[in-house]
Formats: sequence, structure tokens, C-alpha cells
Amino acid sequence: MEIVEHLMYTKDHEWVLVEDGIATIGITDYAQSSLGDITFIELPSVGDEAEQFGEIVSVESVKAASDVFSPISGRVVEINTELETDPALINRSPYEKGWLAKIEIADKEELSNLMTAEEYENFLDSVG
Amino acid sequence: MSLTENLKKTSLYDNHIALGAKMVPFGGWDMPVQYEGVIAEYTQTRKAVSLFDISHMGEFIVEGDCVESGLDRIVTMSLKDLPVKSARYGMMLNDKGCIIDDLIIFRMEKNKWFLVVNGATTEKDLKHLKFSLKPSAIIEDVSSTTGKIDVQGPLSREVLKSIFPGIEKLEYYTFDFFNYLGKNILISRTGYTGELGYEIYFPWDSIDVLWNNILEDKRVRPAGLGARDVLRLEMGYSLYGHELSENITPLEAGLSKFVDFAKEFIGKEALLRQKEQGVGRRIIGFVSDNRRSPRAEQAIYDQAGEEIGIVTSGSFSVHLQRGIGLGFAKQGTAKQDDKLLFGNEKVRAEARVTSRFFYKGGSLKD
Repeated sequence: MEIVEHLMYTKDHEWVLVEDGIATIGITDYAQSSLGDITFIELPSVGDEAEQFGEIVSVESVKAASDVFSPISGRVVEINTELETDPALINRSPYEKGWLAKIEIADKEELSNLMTAEEYENFLDSVG
Repeated sequence: MSLTENLKKTSLYDNHIALGAKMVPFGGWDMPVQYEGVIAEYTQTRKAVSLFDISHMGEFIVEGDCVESGLDRIVTMSLKDLPVKSARYGMMLNDKGCIIDDLIIFRMEKNKWFLVVNGATTEKDLKHLKFSLKPSAIIEDVSSTTGKIDVQGPLSREVLKSIFPGIEKLEYYTFDFFNYLGKNILISRTGYTGELGYEIYFPWDSIDVLWNNILEDKRVRPAGLGARDVLRLEMGYSLYGHELSENITPLEAGLSKFVDFAKEFIGKEALLRQKEQGVGRRIIGFVSDNRRSPRAEQAIYDQAGEEIGIVTSGSFSVHLQRGIGLGFAKQGTAKQDDKLLFGNEKVRAEARVTSRFFYKGGSLKD
């Protein structure tokens, strides 16, 4: 499973990239591989308030529906509308083209609740 | 501790692992849900040819005259007029007219019948058959010695005819015996995908030889239960435990055409009564307004938001690029082209009632 060095991670297999107070979020390679072919995604609206570890996106694969939780609190400033017509972009490019939303970080302190790439790798090993 | 410890394995288990399959519990068995991916395997089956391990299915051999043995009375389909080397789909019902299982019966000889039932219901079915057959009938459970692989897709005939010369003569719902490695094996032109296809019954212990032999043809790829479920759902085929159960009658399930009312069978009285009184609910098919898919056990609501039924199967349809579902709706509701909603208290999505045969134009009868 691919893990990207400069990102931070959650136990629910979301990733976050922090740049200039904006958090770009997505799901990890492990998550997309577990879900299988992604067929539908429901993104938040720009302006929605996300809460750390609160539901933000619902994603469906051929056989199941799952929730994605926001790694961070803040206001949604941009969403990846390309996913609405091509949700499988998440399968093909989970860390780049398959990003879900950008959030204006409300509280930087919350970043300490996330895992580094190394910690996430250890976490994946521990869940088998 | 792993929950998979108590699951039964088919004799192809190691082959699935070697092919990189993702395994899941299914009706008490550890089965491959996908190899490459559900959509890729779906497309491979609709456009080319796929190989499925369906060894979890149960098989019985019944010997005896169909009427004198009691077999004819146990099943809904007519057996008397079934030609030798032909097969017929039907159901076993209880006294209430509800479905104990659906099955295919193959007439091997005038008085020899091969019954193929669902994996999860094999024990229950055997009990019911033993209880209901006349003492003169002989029944043998061959499930544990019979493996089954399905070869499905428009290229299946081309692929199999080099291994089984003469297979191209098989018509839909007929079968024959073919020699392979000195064994006489049963192959039927049947399936669960809506495409041209064959089901091969082979001795359990050596089925991997045949599996590998078929996979040597590079046109063939393995497919799992995930793709199989999308394929069957697009065809509107029922799945036991979803559209069929001991609380559902064939009239409700839309399967009247597989019930021969001209003969006597267990459950007939109840069905006739239900025919007279009218069914309270019936099966419907519906297509989501977008890519969101219905899921089994979600509720179905009418446009006003009143609950009118339940979803029994749901999936993303690769063919329609939308969610599709089967479910039961109260009589008088959910008419063709009606708008409805599916979901739960929290989230509801819009859909439209359609024919439950979502995919037409497959290679099934080519």
C-alpha cells in the first residue's frame, strides 16, 4: 500500500495535506483498495462547516456505502467536482487527482490528533 | 481470532489465493468476492468470458419415477414432460406456499434426477426432501464430492469447444456428458449472468485441473461473487435470502411462470388462496436517478414519504451507470414509471420504478 511521506493520517484512513492554513483531504490507498471500485460520492457544499472526525463525505462502491470523516475542523472552501462524474478517480489516484475537499483550518492544534506517515504505516501493520 | 476459521473452503481455495482474490464469507463459505475488481470482472463477462467457482452450491441425485418418488409433488416445475438431458428452474415450497429454496432439476435419465440447490440451504433442503420423498425414492447428497465452475460470457462456447468437442450443440437449458481426463462430467448450458454460458459439474478433488486448463486460454479471466451479483441483479434474477425466503411466495416474487398449476405440489393450496385474495405485496425493480445505489434492507417510500416497502437487493449497475434495486412494495403502490425514494430515516434518494429486467440484449440465447 502506498503511503505518502509528507501527509498526515487518521485511523479511519483519511489523509490531509496542510498548505498555508488550508487542509486538502482525501482517503488513503488502503481505503480505496478496501472499498473496491468507487461508483458514487456525495461531497459537502462549499461553505459547510466540518468538524474533526465528523462525517463529511459519503462514498459508495459497487457493493457498499461508507462514510468519510473529516481529519480537521473548519470551513469547506473547495470541493473536487470532477469526482461527481468520475468517482473512480479516487481508485486511480487516491493521493492526488482523487482529493475530496479543501478546508480552511479552524484550529491548528487539532493536527496533533493525526498520525505521521510513519505512525500510519505502523498502524496499518497493527490492523493487519 | 479470525471469524473465517469456521468457514468451509472449496477445493479451489488455494487457486483463488494465488490469483490474488479477496475472500469473503458467503453462506458459510469462504468465497472469492473479486480478483482484479468488480467492474473489470463484470465487463469481462459481458464482453468476453469469465470463470467462476460456484462449488458451494449443493447437489443431490434422486432416483425414481418423478411422480411415484414424490419428487414431482415437492417442486413447482413440471417434471413429467421434461426431456432427458434438459433442465428446468423452479422452487420447493412449504405448506404456506413460501419458498424453501429455488433450484434447477436436470433429467439425467428417465428416472434419475440431478438437483442443484443453494449452498447456504443445502442441509435444510436435504432434510425437506428426505422427509417429503416416498420411501421408494433414493436420494444421495453429492455436494461434498461435486465441484462446480461456471464459464460465462459471449466467448464461452469458443473457449470450451476445444476442451469439450460437441459442446457447441447444447441448446439453452440442456446438458450433456463429456469425457475429460477419463471422467464423465455433466455440463449444462445454464448460468446466472444473462450471457451465453455453461455450468460444469466436476469431481471435487480434481476440479483444479480443469480450472487451470480453462484459464490457460488467455481470453478467460476469473471473476468473483461481486461481479456475479451485479450480473444477476441486472438480469432481475432472484437470490435466495433476498428476493426469496420462507416468508415469500412465488406470486409475490414474480416467479409464477416457474409454477405449474396444472399439477399437484406442496404449497399449491396456499398459492391458489393467495391468487384469489390477491397478493399484499409484489416485487418491483427501480432505477436510481443518479449513481447512488440502493442497499438491501433499506426502506422504500412513495413520493409523499410514506413507507411502502423494502429493498431486497441493490447495486451499482455498470450497464446503466446508475443504482438499481429490487424490492417488495405494497400492492397498489410503486407502479411502472412512478417516482419513489429509497434509504432510511436519515438519507433518502430518488428513483423510478422500471421493469426489473434491467439488462436486455445479452448473449444468453445466442
